[in-house]
Amino acid sequence: MERHQENTIWYKLHIDLPLLLGILGLMSLSLIVLYSAGGQDMDLMIRQIVRLGFGLGTMIFMAQLSPNFYARWAMPVFLLGVALLVSVLLFGHVGKGAQRWINLGFFMFQPSEIMKLAMPLMVASYIGSKSLPPSLKHTFVACAIILTPTLLIAKQPDLGTSLLVAASGIFALFLAGVSWRLIGVAVAGASAFAPVLWFFLMHNYQRQRVLTFLNPESDPLGSGYHIIQSKIAIGSGGIFGKGWMQGTQSQLDFLPERHTDFIFAVFSEEFGLVGIALLLMLYIFIICRGLFIASQGQSAFSRLSAGALTLTFFVYVFVNIGMVSGLLPVVGVPLPLISYGGTSMVTLLAGFGILMSIHTHKRLLAN
Amino acid sequence: MNQSNIAMRDHSAESALFVRRVVVSIVFVLALISVLFLNLYYLQVESFQVYKTRSNDNRINVLPVAPNRGLIYDRNGVLLAENRPIFSLEITIEKIDDLDKTVLELAELLGLDQDDIDNFYKQKKRQRRFKPVALVNRLTTEQAALFSVNQHKYHGVNIEAYLKRYYPHGDTLTHTLGYVGKINDKDVIRLDKEGKTATYAATRDIGKQGVERYYEEMLHGVPGYQEVEVNNRGKIIRVLKFVPPEPGKDIYLNIDLAMQRKAQKLLDGRRGSVVMIDAKDGGVLAMVSSPSYDPNLFVHGISSKNYNELLHSFSRPLINRATQGRYPPASTIKMQMALLGLNEGTITPQSKIWDPGSWQIPNTSKRFRDWKRWGHGWVDVYHAIEQSCDTFFYDLIYQVGIDKTSAFMKQFGFGDYTGIDIAEETTAVMPSRGWKRARFNQPWYQGDTISIGIGQGYWTATPIQLAQATANLARRGEVIVPRLLKSIRTGSGSFEVPPDHKAPIVLNNESYWQVALDGMYGVVNKKTGTARKAFADTEYKAAGKSGTAQVVNMKEDEVYDAEKLAEHHRDNAMFVAYAPFENPEVVTSVVVENAGGGSSHAAPVARAMFDAYFAGKKAADEAKLFNLPLVAPQPIENTNLLAPTEAGAQ
Repeated sequence: MERHQENTIWYKLHIDLPLLLGILGLMSLSLIVLYSAGGQDMDLMIRQIVRLGFGLGTMIFMAQLSPNFYARWAMPVFLLGVALLVSVLLFGHVGKGAQRWINLGFFMFQPSEIMKLAMPLMVASYIGSKSLPPSLKHTFVACAIILTPTLLIAKQPDLGTSLLVAASGIFALFLAGVSWRLIGVAVAGASAFAPVLWFFLMHNYQRQRVLTFLNPESDPLGSGYHIIQSKIAIGSGGIFGKGWMQGTQSQLDFLPERHTDFIFAVFSEEFGLVGIALLLMLYIFIICRGLFIASQGQSAFSRLSAGALTLTFFVYVFVNIGMVSGLLPVVGVPLPLISYGGTSMVTLLAGFGILMSIHTHKRLLAN
Repeated sequence: MNQSNIAMRDHSAESALFVRRVVVSIVFVLALISVLFLNLYYLQVESFQVYKTRSNDNRINVLPVAPNRGLIYDRNGVLLAENRPIFSLEITIEKIDDLDKTVLELAELLGLDQDDIDNFYKQKKRQRRFKPVALVNRLTTEQAALFSVNQHKYHGVNIEAYLKRYYPHGDTLTHTLGYVGKINDKDVIRLDKEGKTATYAATRDIGKQGVERYYEEMLHGVPGYQEVEVNNRGKIIRVLKFVPPEPGKDIYLNIDLAMQRKAQKLLDGRRGSVVMIDAKDGGVLAMVSSPSYDPNLFVHGISSKNYNELLHSFSRPLINRATQGRYPPASTIKMQMALLGLNEGTITPQSKIWDPGSWQIPNTSKRFRDWKRWGHGWVDVYHAIEQSCDTFFYDLIYQVGIDKTSAFMKQFGFGDYTGIDIAEETTAVMPSRGWKRARFNQPWYQGDTISIGIGQGYWTATPIQLAQATANLARRGEVIVPRLLKSIRTGSGSFEVPPDHKAPIVLNNESYWQVALDGMYGVVNKKTGTARKAFADTEYKAAGKSGTAQVVNMKEDEVYDAEKLAEHHRDNAMFVAYAPFENPEVVTSVVVENAGGGSSHAAPVARAMFDAYFAGKKAADEAKLFNLPLVAPQPIENTNLLAPTEAGAQ
């Protein structure tokens, strides 16, 4: 039935309409919540609208390029990304206690954002060029590919992003069909690695976050404050919420970071469980659409990269909502397409552009 | 697998494998989203009440709102204690960047001295966080204006309005009304014990003395509260609910301001006391302790310099002489002594004794002098009272003994609290064997008894006790309780406080009362009466008794010479009286310290009080006749001068 769409205007524009509608739906919700969470700050709204527009533009642009282009450029961009990550560690700009930014004179950007796209494409192009399911050797090479930027980003330190980057690579590997036995061994290995991570690799503030996550009430005014206030905001929203712009937790400043990482708490407080259900359904719709696009992919690269990008998007959703509602420790992951913020939104939309490219360049591939 | 298999990729198998993995992924995704959703369901539905409460705890603060203190009026509705708005300059420390600099600047701007600044820093240490501290407690109009002009420069410094107690009649009623003052550490502990901390959460002042203290609970009222929504910095965003405080009750005293003023004027700053009570119900019409001081000083916190002056002043102005002054009652109790003798049968209305000018305990050489050195000659009980013959009463008490005297006098209220409705009262001393044992660990000697007969020795009484004892006498044994509170204003009218009575005094023969009262009548009406001069040509018939209390003991042969004695060694002039003789309405007791003889120095005061009382009554009756208002006091409504939201919300 997808074939019927090949002659539509959207197909020619390389735009997947269902995905676009889902994205626009989320963006609308984003603007509605942001108006409330940002305290009716019109400047903030305009900046966000500009960003959304820029993001959509990027998405459409990315959709025009063919999957072959991405497969070809995956490796060079990945290597460039690794090089930039190394240079960030060496000469990077320190902001908020972490080295994440690189200053190009006219422009500051985070190389880790490049990795969010380069990683799934790199793994997909490497594994996809081999026969699937991947052999043990190729799996190990892929693991090395995944681990290098992950560790570099974790070193910045940016636990949230390194997690997302690693996840995108792992998903590509998983979708490629790595044997369940190997997955079991990897999970066991990771569990064994956890104490090493805790004692040798994690920074104090990261450990504190985990401890606070385990028992937020132990430090109600310090690091536990965010989680406690966030849970109060969500819980007090009830089934139908307090109403738009009526959330006392957010409107009276009890909720920290309320227009960025904790925007989900604002949403929950004002729109309640009913609003949450709607939001989650939108996310599920986008994820299902993404996975559908992936399954329709004509090459292994297309399938793996589309699937990995989609599942990474889900990780965003899960980690953000999980942390805001107290299920996961606080890591700096925004709620995708809802949170106020520039770079990660543009990266996400670029990812959706790649998905659209994969879905709308089939005939070219078939030729 | 072999090489060819690797080269020959099975695309459909790979695709199928991929789809399987996608299906697993979708299951995984849906499972995790379900976990999220279940957790959110738990938070928003199962724990909704918990989080709703916590959310409200976060944002809702309950601020107590102080009730307005009840007003105090005199019996005619003249305002005696009111509430006036005052303005204070307050600093919220947390909002100031450089506190010392701000304080210095404000001090210069408003002309504050070092004391004010020191006080501020002292208070600051005690104040809770985010609660403003007063830099100036009472801004003058100029200061308020000066600050208002410059307010924009001082974020975190505000003018706050409060109602403060004000006593418009200054020192006229100080000892009776008492005053309110800032709640201090002791008050806090007491309130905590009484479980009233919450009631006083927003209150700053509390009754410290007099009526203000005694009727504190009634005057204070019940605090209200407002529920406010605050942000995370505690700033009030809006008021959600306001429960207004219930103002304290307005009360009317039996005090007649005109009589009180008269009494104060008569004492004219001399040390002493004048009490006038209603003979029928014990209502206190006037109660003056002199010298006095301005109670308004204490309302705003008296400076230590002023306080030390009052505290260490020779004339002890802080003491309420009317209820705390312990004076030998001297001859003012001779009627009661006569009643005792008649009741015990040691004298009869007709019996006489010979007074040679002194009296000796039989078989001893100790002589007790009569005030009249050459003696009164033959004296009966009437004569003894009229002329205040000491010898007669030496003999009387010698025969009755201390035990019966002590017990009898206690019925008149001596040695006990009168029950007047202020806390500053002393029992003074009605001596007895037990008392002396307890006080001095000494036995009672017969010599101790004799001077008791003329109200000297260990016997002391307060002016209010003397007034009460005289009223009980005038009422022929009915025992009244002096009372300041007349009525309590209720919504529409007022509630009259019923008079209080104690067990009456019953004599063996009712006719004895007339004997004592006739003697008392003679004091002011007969040619031989000691106070006839003071009460010459009155329009009413009064009865009274003078007393001249020795402050220092004199040797047997010493002659009292006021001129030679240091002022504070001179006799206290005392007088008790009631009028009209036939149907007693008012009783007065007068003490003028170190003034000399009671007849010449205290009796004129009593006379003037009666004159003023009856003149006032006559004017009132005439006014009633012509249907004119005598005094037209507009009872000032205890209105809320400050909008409570304004007062509490800052």
